[in-house]
Parts: sequence; structure tokens; C-alpha cells
Amino acid sequence: MDNITKKLMQRSESTRKDTIGRAISMTALILIAIVVVSIFVFVLSRGLSTFYKDGVNVKYFLFGTTWNPSVTDPATKKPYIGALPMILGSFLVTFLSAIVATPFAIGTALFMTEIAQKRGAKIMQPIVELLVGIPSVVYGFIGLTVVVPVIRTIAGGSGFGILSGTIVLFVMILPTITSMTVDTLKSVPRHYRESALAIGATRWQMIYKVVLRAATPGILTAIVFGMARAFGEALAVQMVIGNAALMPHSLTTPASTLTSVLTMGIGNTVMGSLQNDVLWTLAMILLIMSLVFNLIVRAIGRRGAMK
Amino acid sequence: MKAKTADKIATGFIYAISGIVALILFAMLSFILVRGVPHLSWHFLTSPARAFEAGGGVGVQLFNSFYLLILAMVISFPIALGAAIYLNEYAKKNYFTAIVRTAIEILSSLPSVVVGLFGFLLFVVQFKLGFSILSGAIALTLFNLPLLTRSIETSLAQIPDLQREAGSALGLSRWETVLHVILPAAVPSIVTGVVLSAGRVFGEAAALIYTAGQSAPALNFGDWNPFNISSPLNPMRPAETLAVHIWKINSEGIMPDVNAVSAGASAVLIIVVLLFNFSARKLGMKLYKKLTSS
Repeated sequence: MDNITKKLMQRSESTRKDTIGRAISMTALILIAIVVVSIFVFVLSRGLSTFYKDGVNVKYFLFGTTWNPSVTDPATKKPYIGALPMILGSFLVTFLSAIVATPFAIGTALFMTEIAQKRGAKIMQPIVELLVGIPSVVYGFIGLTVVVPVIRTIAGGSGFGILSGTIVLFVMILPTITSMTVDTLKSVPRHYRESALAIGATRWQMIYKVVLRAATPGILTAIVFGMARAFGEALAVQMVIGNAALMPHSLTTPASTLTSVLTMGIGNTVMGSLQNDVLWTLAMILLIMSLVFNLIVRAIGRRGAMK
Repeated sequence: MKAKTADKIATGFIYAISGIVALILFAMLSFILVRGVPHLSWHFLTSPARAFEAGGGVGVQLFNSFYLLILAMVISFPIALGAAIYLNEYAKKNYFTAIVRTAIEILSSLPSVVVGLFGFLLFVVQFKLGFSILSGAIALTLFNLPLLTRSIETSLAQIPDLQREAGSALGLSRWETVLHVILPAAVPSIVTGVVLSAGRVFGEAAALIYTAGQSAPALNFGDWNPFNISSPLNPMRPAETLAVHIWKINSEGIMPDVNAVSAGASAVLIIVVLLFNFSARKLGMKLYKKLTSS
């Protein structure tokens, strides 16, 4: 009798294993959370030291138009660390590539879900997946050997610049936006389409007046994701943009983005120097922007869910 | 009929757009393959790179890429698997879960160059690992973790709850159910996810230029002791991968055949990534057929 009571009171072998398993899997999860927190702590602490340690004015940094950290401005006795050219360059390539990519992405997604469901998905699905899979350096290499020379012959100049960056990024973010748009279009209930067709709408009227309207929040989310990818893309852009930290005056003159200056600069500066700190501040801006894109996606999701 | 004309025009437009997208992909693939494949040879794939003269290969870089990929997968798979199991099997709908999910989402949307810089700051500088395979593998792990976790979680979520209920009905604990029922059933789609993520890791460069470094010292392929400095297995040596090599020689390469080398290297990279993409699905389907009675 005693033995049975003991057995009943004791935690079983299964329960013990379950506790251990739960603990192991939770540890893995917490590890990921710690990584995310430490990325923020480290990059923010280095990025903010430009303002704390080196006493740089935030406004001067964000809106200054001359970038040359190793040279001191004789008038103000401060180094040239205006980051506006790169910030502007990043935003320009991001918005332009999103503007170009969106119609292509929506068109392709409509083709796959509305026009030719079976054939379209069979042909375009692998194409979109292959486009996602191509590494960014290969995009950069193609940009360098095809896009840049073409633009050089058409527009003159060196061929490097915002336009080349936009074209390369357009192809890179196209599959991202397309596949997410396909998912939202698929989630539009079938009876929406049937009702529209039943009251005599043509297929295009059905797509334009019903399906696209219902899918708008999802499509916006897809575009923001594409923009986040474009904003953070480093090497492909760096290879074709020309890497001149100048205010972009035209689409075909060399410019630079936050990521291109970072990839070029970090290895050539000494840890802890002002020249190095300002680069970390650029990395911090990248980090904050990726957070902002996340928040926008969330806001769209909430707005879309409420209706 | 105006509406009908509009419908026809719009349909034509959508066809044209899809055609252009398909054309872009085929043009890019054929460009890379036509330019690159003629340069491929056994010599190109096995000999070390040369900095100043023509005739160099990508042997060391190719080896480094695979070695880094394997190390990164070995580190990231158990973590991702654990996290996915917790998220899908144990996590309740509470504050903690929501925060961690958000954290994973943020990590997956971070630019890979920021992940690389974090790796540089923490592992290369702080922990004094230097530009090394180990630092690179950890950076790749950080880059890979959120995507792999999500893909494994999706695989687990696809297993119907009926299986879990059956496990419970047999008196198995939740952990035992996961280990003996859910995981075996999810293996095919987990494998597909792992191989797909391997393709992505293989082509990643931005996270590596400041962690695994941009130099590829000559290796002695006769020496497999991981503690020797010239051994291919030494995890503390700097290791330029294939993707980094393409970037590097295009930005500052001075060898006379830089175009040929980068075309060849791009072709190798694309072929490997395509192989990963194709085999992912094939492997998953094969495993599915083998593991289930269907």
C-alpha cells in the first residue's frame, strides 16, 4: 500500500522529462530574445557615443550636408559629419524601388491568383522563389556588369548612382512584395469574388473594385516589408551606387546610402575614434529604421483587422 | 461595351507584367550561366585565388563557404528547433510569448549588415575571436535563427492536433509526444525548411565581411588537425567565402581576369543555391514518402 501511495505522490518519469524538455526549449527561445536585446544594447550604446562622448549636435549630424569625418571644418573646428547625403540616398533608393516594384508585384500576384490560377501559379511560383534565392552579391555583380554600363550609355556620366541602385533593388524586392501580395489575395474570401461576378462585374471590375480593396492592408504590409529589405540591403547597392557621400543632385550621379558607407568604412577606422563612432551612429539609424518599418507593419495590421 | 474593353486591356497588362518578370529572371540566370560556366573547370574550383595575376581559382573560398554553412547550421538548428517547439507546443497566449515573438520578428527584419556589425563588435572585438570562421558562423547563426525558427514552427503547426490528442490519450507527456509523434511526422517539411535556409546562408555576404573577414590564407588540405593554423578545419582562421569574394574582387580586385573570376564565382554560387532550392522540395517529398505509409 505504501508503495502505491509513494508512486502516486511522486512525479512520474514522464513529468520529469516534460519539465526538462520544456526548460530546454524555453532556454533556446530566451537565448534568441537575449540576442535581440543585446544587438540593440550594443549598437545603441556605440551609436549614441557620438552624441555623448564626442559631443556632436544631433541636428548637425542628421541635417549636415557634408560628410568627410577625417577632415575638420576650419570655420567651426568640427569634423564634417553631416549624414544627410546618406540618409537621403537610402530613402531615395528605397522609395523609388518600391514605387517601381509595386505595380509589377501586384500584376504578377494578380496573374497568379485571379487570371491564371493553375498555370500562373505553376509558372510564376518557382520564378518568384528563384528570385528570392539569388544572393545579393550576384544581383550586385549583374548590376555592375549590365545595369551600370547601360545607364552610362543612355544617360552619360559614370553610370553609378541612385538610378542603378533603384533598378537593382527593384528586382531584389520584387519577389518579397509579390509573394506576400499573393498570400493576401488568396486570403480574400471566395464569396467576395462570386458576389461581384454574380451582379455582372467583369473580371477586371471584380479585381479592381472588390479584391484589391479588400486586400489593401495586406498589400501595404507587403510593400513596407519590401521597403525594409531595400533600406537594409548593403552589398548589392554598394556595388552600383558609386559610393560618393555627396548630396544626390541627379539620379545618375554617384551617391551613397547608409549601408554602403558602413560597409566601406568600418574596416578602415579605429575603434573608439570619432570617425568610427559616427559610422556606428549610421548603423543605429539603420536599426531604428528597421524598427520603424516593423511598427508601420503592425499599425497597418491593426487598422486592417478593425474594419 | 466599355467595361469589357477595360477588362481586356487590364488582362493584357497583367499578362505583360508577368511576362516581363519571368523574362527578367531568365535573362539574369542565362546571363550568369552563359558568362560564368565557360570559366568553370576543375582547376578553377580547386585552386586558390591569385591577387595580382590571371588564372586564380576559388577553391579555398568554396571550401570556406561550405565549412561556414555547416558550422552555422550545426549551431543554429538546435536553438531554432528548441525555440520552435516551445512556441508551438508549450507557449500560452501571454505577455511573455508576445514579446518573444516580436523579438524574433524584429531579428528577422534586421538588415544583415547590422547583424554582421554586431558580430564584429561582440565576437571579433570584445571576445577577441578576431576575424575567424567561428565569429562568422555565429553571425550567420544570428542571421539564420529567426527564419529557421519560423519555418520549423510552421512545420510543427501543420501536424494536426489529432496526433497530440492521441499522444495524450496514450499517457505520453507533452514532451514525449513532441519527441516521438510530432517531430517524426514533421521531419519532411523541417528538412525542406533547413535546406532552403541553407541556400540563403550560403549566399550571404554582408554579415560576413566583418566577422569571417575578407582574406583567405592558403590552406594545407593534407592537414586535418583543427588546431593547426593552416588546417582547413581550424575555426579560428579568417575565411573569405565565395559570396564575399565576389563582392571583394568587384569592389577592389586588381587581377587582370577579375571579370572572368567573378562571372565564374557567381555561376558557382547560383548553381549551388539553385541546387539547394531544387533539392529542398525533392528531399522533403522523398522523406515524406519514406516515413509515412502513403
